[in-house]
Amino acid sequence: MMQSKKKSIWTRLHVDPLFLFFTLLLLVYSVCIIWSASGQDIAMTERKVIQILLGIATMLILAQFPPRLYEKWAPYFYIICIIFLVVVDAFGDSSKGAQRWLNLGFMRFQPSELAKIAVPLMVAKFINQEGCPPSLKTTLQTLAIIAVPTLLVAMQPDLGTAILVAMSGIFIIFLAGISWKFIIAATLSIGAFIPIMWYFLMHDYQRERVLTLFNPERDPLGKGYHILQSKTAIGSGGLWGKGWLKGTQSQLEFIPERHTDFIFSVIAEEFGFVGAIVLLVLFLCLIARGLVIASQSQSTFGRVLIGGLILVLFIYVFINIGMVSGILPVVGVPLPLISYGGSSLVVLMAGFGIMMSIHTHRNMLSKNI
Amino acid sequence: MVAVLLVTLAHLQIFSFGYYNTKSDNNRIEIISIPPNRGIIYDRNGTQLAINNTIYQLNIIPDKISNLDEQLNQLKILVDLTDEDIENFQKERRNYKAHRSVPLKDNLTEDEIAKFVVNQHLFPFINITGNRHRYYPYGSALTHVLGYVSKINTQDKVHLEEEDRLSDYVGTLNIGKIGIERFYEDLLHGTPGYEEVEVNNRGKIVRQLNHNPPLAGEDIYLTIDLNLQLYIEKLLNGRKAAVVAIDPNNGEILALVSSPSYDPNLFVGGISSAKYKALLEDSDKPLFNRAMLGTYPPASTVKPFIAISALSEGIITPKTIVQDPGYWQLPGTEKRFRDWLRWGHGKVDVTKALEESVDTYFYQVAYDLGIDRLYFWMSKFGYGERTGIDISTNEESRGIMPNREWKKLRHKQSWLPGDTIPVGIGQGYWTVTPLQMAKALTIMVNNGRIYTPHLLKQKRSNMPDNDPLSLTPEYIVEDSNLETLVDSKYWQIAKDGMYRVMFGSRGTARKIYAGSPYKAAGKSGTAQVYGLKSDEVYNANNIAEHLRDHALFIAFAPYDKPTIALAIVLENGGSGSSNGGAMAKHILDYYLLGDETTKIEESTLDMNQGD
Repeated sequence: MMQSKKKSIWTRLHVDPLFLFFTLLLLVYSVCIIWSASGQDIAMTERKVIQILLGIATMLILAQFPPRLYEKWAPYFYIICIIFLVVVDAFGDSSKGAQRWLNLGFMRFQPSELAKIAVPLMVAKFINQEGCPPSLKTTLQTLAIIAVPTLLVAMQPDLGTAILVAMSGIFIIFLAGISWKFIIAATLSIGAFIPIMWYFLMHDYQRERVLTLFNPERDPLGKGYHILQSKTAIGSGGLWGKGWLKGTQSQLEFIPERHTDFIFSVIAEEFGFVGAIVLLVLFLCLIARGLVIASQSQSTFGRVLIGGLILVLFIYVFINIGMVSGILPVVGVPLPLISYGGSSLVVLMAGFGIMMSIHTHRNMLSKNI
Repeated sequence: MVAVLLVTLAHLQIFSFGYYNTKSDNNRIEIISIPPNRGIIYDRNGTQLAINNTIYQLNIIPDKISNLDEQLNQLKILVDLTDEDIENFQKERRNYKAHRSVPLKDNLTEDEIAKFVVNQHLFPFINITGNRHRYYPYGSALTHVLGYVSKINTQDKVHLEEEDRLSDYVGTLNIGKIGIERFYEDLLHGTPGYEEVEVNNRGKIVRQLNHNPPLAGEDIYLTIDLNLQLYIEKLLNGRKAAVVAIDPNNGEILALVSSPSYDPNLFVGGISSAKYKALLEDSDKPLFNRAMLGTYPPASTVKPFIAISALSEGIITPKTIVQDPGYWQLPGTEKRFRDWLRWGHGKVDVTKALEESVDTYFYQVAYDLGIDRLYFWMSKFGYGERTGIDISTNEESRGIMPNREWKKLRHKQSWLPGDTIPVGIGQGYWTVTPLQMAKALTIMVNNGRIYTPHLLKQKRSNMPDNDPLSLTPEYIVEDSNLETLVDSKYWQIAKDGMYRVMFGSRGTARKIYAGSPYKAAGKSGTAQVYGLKSDEVYNANNIAEHLRDHALFIAFAPYDKPTIALAIVLENGGSGSSNGGAMAKHILDYYLLGDETTKIEESTLDMNQGD
């Protein structure tokens, strides 16, 4: 009785307390590090806090809607997202040679972020609709659903986000339980696709980034400079770090994009190996809780969707840290929850909101089933 | 995948911590060298001969400027910026770190500074800085002593690298190139200071971590007497000549004049190629240090030294008489060597031979001594050797003291008896520098004790807790057995003969020294530039100036207790006794009496060639 009553308080709020707890810890960590990485910029830190509040609000609001609604709206959302992506490719604001933003007047909005939610939603709905495990035909159709927004994002060009968008869809196919034969076949075809991508689809600067990854010293003042400086920041942090606000690489601006994509370098420099491990543990806790939530989901739609979102979150973290520590190419992926950036945070929190909706509405769902 | 991240982080943060920590420090910490002030050079009385002035330099941060060429063109309107300046700047640029100022032009005029400052807002990444710059207030008067500093070039860098001193010169623009400035570079340069600063990734200095002030170079006091130096320069009035004055009591060089000279200030910070070319092509060769590199036949100025050698060897005694018919004939040949007095001096002893500069007497002495003994003795007086003056050895010539080996090596011929005879009167293959002549003279004045001629008198360390003035390291009296080899009465005979040159009834310079209030001793010499035919009479009016004889003179005074020893070479100056002697008289008058009468009678037409 006690348990069910206690649960019901959170259930009424449609929030998973443990998941929220880890999220909030990471967000607090994020504010501390943004304050340092921005060079004690009050305005920027304030904006970060506003982004967080906006994110939490989004999460809470989205948690209130029943999951059935998401399943129903998924196709419309997906189509709107495609339209936005086409528009942004045609009219978007460009920055550093990439068109990523739609200027809506009151805010700059990144449709590629929407795709991160729209694609998994659409794929989860489609697979659920066609039945699990998906047939070969369903799988191919699903891949087509994934490919359209992925290519549109890749054309902006935003390779990092394109990879994540693709991942968010592909994970769901995996989770839906496709056969190993197909996985192997897919892996091989991706392997075959890489050279095609290398020679025909990638921009010079992207190729350059990949090449630089394997040998950053080949261009120490140009493309390799960022990786070298980032590695230097991380390495010089040592076990305990140089101390909060005392990272020389960070405070003297040797780290590129130190409050966005390279924020992990700041953490590793100022809080050291220990601080980096704490961050990783927090992420792992969050992901673990997310997987538990997924496993508790009573619908295939919910299970594959949450699983997919959580795996993408994990991939996100892995790519970002791998990128700033020099084991992966610099593809421009922010560190989820931590990096400065409104669209990305709000979209991520929106995903959490949908997860919580699925989780907290599971009794209702089961009734409906 | 988590394991991959952990391994990567552990690898970076734990195992490679040292490496990355150093890298991170290298990123942020920059050491800026602060060049030391160069030591001041004074004369013996404390007058400044080389000082440091502030000059203004135009600097540019090229990395910050996108339209560099355009900016440079705009700058040309305000500042006299030559293509050479721009070329140098482009070359220099490569040696500078990114985002650092690179010098563009030195020595801005006040006008240029004013024009630039007014328009500074147009050139945000161009600035003016003041630099300490060497300045020689007496211009050309001391160039051949002081030398100069000039821009450090690649060769200097190689040198400094070898001595592991290159880091002391980061930030220093100039280095001693010749003369005292080069020889005492180590004393004068000082120790650079440094500033440790933290910079951000744009190279902007964020804060100072450490400041270590530079230590100025030591001030040095030269033995030079500026007034004497200037007076001699005025006397020479730009003619081709060299004068060396030494205090025989310690080897201190009082004056070292090579005329004509040039303004060393032209070289500080780099001379323009046009100006350098003009100096190089000047037929009077102002760049050439005649006092130390110029080699001349010593002529009759060596007669006292030969007399001492012959007396010591027992070739002659004070009473030995030689009959002079106006020539000397090499035994067994028809070859005659002429005396300057065609009808001869008659019976001549050593004193008369010196007083009247009798060639025949010294032909005989040379014949009797032979080249080996002549070489032995003259080497003892420093002929054929560098004097050891504190100026770099490649700025001093050894001259030539000929002997058998020398002729073999040089002319691939054996020494002939006829080669020895002119050596007796300081001709033939023998050449000396004016500085060597002065050194030899001080050796004689000191009865064989040898002081190395030197220019450094004292140095003053700029260390606050140090003795303000420290004496020069004791100048070593050169190891020589001349003092024991030569009987003191032989020195006296030579000096007596030289005294008679000035005051004897038939002394070659007696007219000039008549009525002198102090006693002096000297010896003239007239070095042939133009070989006379055996029956030709020398007449300066008949030959081109550059073929006229060099006039030489050595002198010391006061006779009883000499305080100055002089060597003079007047290129194409005609008679040594009259012109050289007169020059010496003026210098001695000035030094001993303070007499500044600079008028000197031109007596190139003097037919009396007696020397």
